[in-house]
Amino acid sequence: MKEPFRILSAAAMLGYGFPVESFEAGMSKHPHLIAADAGSTDPGPYYLGAGKSFTNRTAVKRDLTIMIKAGLKAKIPIIIGSAGGSGAKPHLDWCTNIVLEIARDNNLHFKLALISADFEKSRLKDELAAGNISALDPAPELIVDAIDASTHIVAQMGVEPIIRALDGNPDVILAGRAYDPSIFAALPIKLGYDQALALHLGKILECAAICATPGSGSDCMFGTLYEDSFVLEPLNPIRTCTTQSVAAHTLYEKSNPYMLYGPGGHLDLRDCAFIQETDTSVRVSGSRWIPATPYTIKLEGARPIGYRTVSIAGARDPIMISAIDQITEAVSERVADNFRDLNWTYHLRFNIYGKNGVMGVLEPTPSTEGVHELGIVIEATADTQDQADTICSFARSTLLHYGYPGRRATAGNLAFPYSPSDISTGRTFVFSLYHLMAVADPAEPFPVTFKDV
Amino acid sequence: MRIKLIDITDVIRSKNAGPYELTFDIMFKSLDWFEKVVAADAINTDTVCRLFQLQPDDVLNIIPFKPAKAIKITIKRPLCSGDLGETDVYGAQQHAPLLSLELNLSV
Repeated sequence: MKEPFRILSAAAMLGYGFPVESFEAGMSKHPHLIAADAGSTDPGPYYLGAGKSFTNRTAVKRDLTIMIKAGLKAKIPIIIGSAGGSGAKPHLDWCTNIVLEIARDNNLHFKLALISADFEKSRLKDELAAGNISALDPAPELIVDAIDASTHIVAQMGVEPIIRALDGNPDVILAGRAYDPSIFAALPIKLGYDQALALHLGKILECAAICATPGSGSDCMFGTLYEDSFVLEPLNPIRTCTTQSVAAHTLYEKSNPYMLYGPGGHLDLRDCAFIQETDTSVRVSGSRWIPATPYTIKLEGARPIGYRTVSIAGARDPIMISAIDQITEAVSERVADNFRDLNWTYHLRFNIYGKNGVMGVLEPTPSTEGVHELGIVIEATADTQDQADTICSFARSTLLHYGYPGRRATAGNLAFPYSPSDISTGRTFVFSLYHLMAVADPAEPFPVTFKDV
Repeated sequence: MRIKLIDITDVIRSKNAGPYELTFDIMFKSLDWFEKVVAADAINTDTVCRLFQLQPDDVLNIIPFKPAKAIKITIKRPLCSGDLGETDVYGAQQHAPLLSLELNLSV
């Protein structure tokens, strides 16, 4: 019988932090691996498009310092997935830079493996022409223009590139964009543990203590993989894992709780059993892995659509509130008319909090009846920052002084919380790729490089 | 009998499932309530369309998940996350209409 394989998941997101006490409790259980996921598409397209991290550098450095010191001391690998958040080259470089700084600060020496997840546009165009790229419903079909316009295009790696990196016996692995469970599952799969159980355990561990109750993204979680099952246990005495909390996590951010699709196949959880092992731990069994042919990986890309400027204001006047739609429509017309000779292409929007500012078209009660104040966010997106600034500024000043029918408050229509009232937010991005690409060799697109630090 | 969904559940939440889909999790207080609601088909495509102003095609699936005493609803996002016109990048505040949903259950 194989020795159980033990994994310490540091936090739901590298940089979200964790109590040192929880981490040390995990280390005292002699894990074979320390891992943390660092990425998500949840924060939207900006971070991938702009090559920026959505987590804070100081916070990431703090988490990594604790993880690297402990891993080196225990002589076990530390694996980070989707480094820098979106896992493209600038993100991986950003995270690598932090790791090198930690090594210098603490006089640490180790072998570092870097796995890149970027795709050249020329290759993607060839793959598209060869029929190897398909839309992931309900995303639109991919066109060459979307590839050309993208600033960064990555794919989520499976376990194979990480196994290839592990073959070089590194101490620390920083992976570019990775399917979240891959970083937890790669080493046990390499060692011959069951692929389905390893991936399912990884799927739960990637969110660390979110699968406990009370849940937290900023606390550690411990997983133990056996030949026929796995066990999850919290490391903080205030938390427990219950069958409900662990099963509930299987639902999280997934469209179908029974079928979890990933690189090269899917997990079928229809026959899973969740059993309360002790008061605080849960044992899971019955997960199945269904490989797909061909092996597909998920592409993600983002492209710039211009520059954005926003202005935040409030309205408390009931006459203004009751006529808000007519007023903003009239202001939009005034803006268009004023700059009609410039032939600018811009997007001007008044997002009205108190009406449908949160739910937009999904809002069942898009009415201002009974509402005593509104929050108004004026947003202008245009081809240049100067144009966006101009449209936002003009819309703001026009709305401030617009003489709507029945108005009593002739001194001004808006309450501004800030001076300056307008905020230029810079380049704006949208997702451009969310597609599947068939690959012959799942490790090939994700080259590994080693560095002696 | 009419019963408020909020009175028989512990969790009602929404979140993106990738940038093109929005998913809702409804977790019941007991297996009994879960089974009653599922047996009555009390949360169906019509219910979801009515709550969120959707067409039936926009509702991708409604799946009971017994291990979590939960029903999961997944719909098409009105916009790809972060597109112009976005109001909720993470999709975490779209669940509110479910909180006031009343169900008709024969007990």
